[in-house]
Amino acid sequence: MTKQVQQLDRVIIRFAGDSGDGMQLTGDRFTAETAQFGNDLSTLPNFPAEIRAPAGTLPGVSSFQLHFADHDILTPGDAPNVLVAMNPAALKANLADLPKGADIIANTDEFTKRNLAKVGYDGNPLEDDSLKEWRLHAVPLTSLTVKALESFDISKKDAERAKNMFALGLLSWLYNRPTEGTIAFLEAKFARKPEIAKANIAAFQAGWNYGETTESFSVSYEVKPATLKPGTYRNISGNQALAYGLIAASVRAKLPLFLGSYPITPASDILHELSKHKHFGVRTFQAEDEIAGVGAALGAAFGGSLGVTTTSGPGIALKAETVGLAVTTELPLIIVDVQRAGPSTGMPTKTEQTDLLMAMFGRNGESPVPVLAAATPSDCFSMAIEAARIALKYRTPVMLLSDGYLANGSEPWRIPEIDELPDISVPFTTQPNGEDGTSFLPFKRDPETLARPWAVPGTPGLEHRIGGIEKADGTGNISYDPDNHDRMVRLRQAKIDGIDVPDLVVDDPDGDARVLVLGWGSTYGPIAAAARRVRAAGHKVAQAHIRHLNPLPANTGEVLRSYDKVLLPEINLGQLAMLLRARFLVDVISYNRVRGLPFKAAELAAVIQDVIESD
Amino acid sequence: MTETLNGKGLALIPRTDTKQTLKDFKSDQEVRWCPGCGDYAILAAVQSFLPELGLKRENIVFVSGIGCSSRFPYYLNTYGMHSIHGRAPAIATGLAASRPDLSVWVITGDGDALSIGGNHLIHALRRNVNLNILLFNNRIYGLTKGQYSPTSEIGKITKSTPMGSLDKPFNPISLAIGAEAGFVARTIDSDRKHLQSVLRQAAEHRGASLVEIYQNCNIFNDGAFDTLKDPATRDEVTIRLEHGQPIVFGTGDNERAVRLSPTGGVEVVPRAQVADGEILVHDAHNPDPSLAFALSRLDEPAFQHVPIGVFRSVDRPSYDQLMNEQVETAIADKGAGDLAGLLRGGDTWTIN
Repeated sequence: MTKQVQQLDRVIIRFAGDSGDGMQLTGDRFTAETAQFGNDLSTLPNFPAEIRAPAGTLPGVSSFQLHFADHDILTPGDAPNVLVAMNPAALKANLADLPKGADIIANTDEFTKRNLAKVGYDGNPLEDDSLKEWRLHAVPLTSLTVKALESFDISKKDAERAKNMFALGLLSWLYNRPTEGTIAFLEAKFARKPEIAKANIAAFQAGWNYGETTESFSVSYEVKPATLKPGTYRNISGNQALAYGLIAASVRAKLPLFLGSYPITPASDILHELSKHKHFGVRTFQAEDEIAGVGAALGAAFGGSLGVTTTSGPGIALKAETVGLAVTTELPLIIVDVQRAGPSTGMPTKTEQTDLLMAMFGRNGESPVPVLAAATPSDCFSMAIEAARIALKYRTPVMLLSDGYLANGSEPWRIPEIDELPDISVPFTTQPNGEDGTSFLPFKRDPETLARPWAVPGTPGLEHRIGGIEKADGTGNISYDPDNHDRMVRLRQAKIDGIDVPDLVVDDPDGDARVLVLGWGSTYGPIAAAARRVRAAGHKVAQAHIRHLNPLPANTGEVLRSYDKVLLPEINLGQLAMLLRARFLVDVISYNRVRGLPFKAAELAAVIQDVIESD
Repeated sequence: MTETLNGKGLALIPRTDTKQTLKDFKSDQEVRWCPGCGDYAILAAVQSFLPELGLKRENIVFVSGIGCSSRFPYYLNTYGMHSIHGRAPAIATGLAASRPDLSVWVITGDGDALSIGGNHLIHALRRNVNLNILLFNNRIYGLTKGQYSPTSEIGKITKSTPMGSLDKPFNPISLAIGAEAGFVARTIDSDRKHLQSVLRQAAEHRGASLVEIYQNCNIFNDGAFDTLKDPATRDEVTIRLEHGQPIVFGTGDNERAVRLSPTGGVEVVPRAQVADGEILVHDAHNPDPSLAFALSRLDEPAFQHVPIGVFRSVDRPSYDQLMNEQVETAIADKGAGDLAGLLRGGDTWTIN
């Protein structure tokens, strides 16, 4: 029987199951198949902080959403077209996000009386009429998997665990995905357990065959490859892109990379990734605490390394004093904050943009620090290099903001040629700079950048002392002179204010929009997708996205004042809005939701439309 | 396996052929400790001992935290950083781990190292970071003007403890041995010869060295170590530990010896009551730290007898060596990093 193949321009799939069901792996594999096929895509993993919450409960549900299309897309999608629910908890936790008419593939084997009761279902929703407005495919995934693996010499438990590969096979058939990559992946992953490898591959193929033969699925779908800019692509997550960006910065700066870091969600993967690349001369140091992480990075920077520390909000709070030391000693340092929901421990695996003001101001004294924010997962690569460029050129700590959504989300990335990357190397100072030709003035500044010389230990004749106490302009000697302090405070500020930052680019297709929607950080995708929808509905809206938050692009004020209304959606209570109002006296309209989740495009489209239509 | 640099602790640091003097290590900064402070003696001892090492001056770095002692780097004409309270070992760890060619010294005090920076100290020691940590112990907070410190004796009356302090003090030597330190020693600010001999051994030890220096604060805790300094009592209470020598001290009828105690530690007994063979012979290189720890407990109670000298000197690979070895192994296994190859690793696809 040849089944009908229906063309779609885009699909959103959400895999949901228990933490132990392997949903992240299933999602990753489907993503890899989709990337290989050439669709544009965007992903959103969503998992609990608990490593193994009690099985079958709502807090234990882990999900992975993937949006793929035959055209360029900007977000992981608002509402899934397909939900794969591995148990009743997964169904219950995700049903509210599912529009009527969407497909539900439910694993009937897990819909037992006990599991249903665990999440408060009185009856079995697969058997009563409660799901009649969706297209339900009730599939006994577990028992089909076990049956398919009968001939294998593996335990029943191992056979049951392969059910995620059965589901992956089914979905791969449903969307005509290439399968070679997954088979090769399973062979490599279980290279030491060939029987398990074979069983997983068999489960995967059984899932595919099930789709092809069962009557439950009458149609399969095809989403043609997207036409993206020519080049070689790979799929990349924000944390991986950030780690690669740091390595690229080290190569392009010709300096060894030293990472001092303490494990923290959702930043740890940057430490994990960098620790794999020691052959680049990368030294990774898992410190005893957050303070030691940044301290060691600063010590390494004093010695001439590209010093980096990576953390999330609670870590930034602890590192503040050392960042202040880096400000006053004027040493290059990169501080990466992968923001998560706060305050305090907050919701470690959920995303937020609530650390902006802490990054800007969270230190004692007048302590200006450049602040950058990546806009998309792959942008983390470019922004890591940009952070290094600024840190090295101006001899300053730089805060680079990412967040949980960028860190774990992924998208296709056009891999740059190495010579497209900027040369960010700066020379160490090796000669005396005093008027007398022999003395060294560690705080004599470059007249253009106001950067001080960077003379590293081992350089003869330039022995000098730096520290946290106020320094005399030029000599760096301890100084309590009131006028000197005032001058140094202003010089440090002027150095940061004078950093060369590219102008803010406005996207306004018709050139006569009266409303500007502005954003920063990970809201780029949802805002841009919303702007497209609004334009498609016949309205005009301009869009601009800030990646340099301190200093702001020189044309920021001019851009803000060119529009009747400026709308600024943020996943906080209006932190950038506060800065822009204070600085430019522009009555920015804030839209704020702090739910630990990214905005949805439809939600923002409605907000933009409201602003356009209101007077 | 990484080799230890036993007895060759300075081998990776460039040496100078130029003869150096004390003057070479003096900076142009005015020294601003209180007149009579023990820090002056330590500074003078360090400045006059550094030339002996024969190292290039530009490869020596002093890193300090916060406190009176932490002003030290400003007065030495080497590279230096006066950092933040308690964090010097962490900052120095990054420097020493990334620069095996530097002789890195951490200058700290009892408050800086044992209160606010206690965590960094113990981790630097266990990791065996190539640092020489000089802990100036005056048993008081000086810079904040006289509060009790984590080495102050119980019942200390200070501005913040008018009814006496409640906290049991740390014994820095016991703490360091417990933290897996490879080199642990104690000396006194007023005994320049002993001080310099200990510093020399610390410098030559590759890896973390902790040297506790009893230092008198003549403003807030004057006379804290007088029994160890007063010629009338000095030799009766000071146990001078020397590797390979039987541990005896005191004079005349008051001569005493240290032997193993029935309870598993060590004890002090009159010399006359001990057979020669019973006297404990100090073995600083003993891989088992138990006896060094037991010796560190002899200053209780109340300084009746206080060991000074090198308690423990055991070699193992330093942190920078191990870190470098991993980098070298990775390069040997995978070749030097190729950025284009890294970025194109994994699944890729090409659009024409």
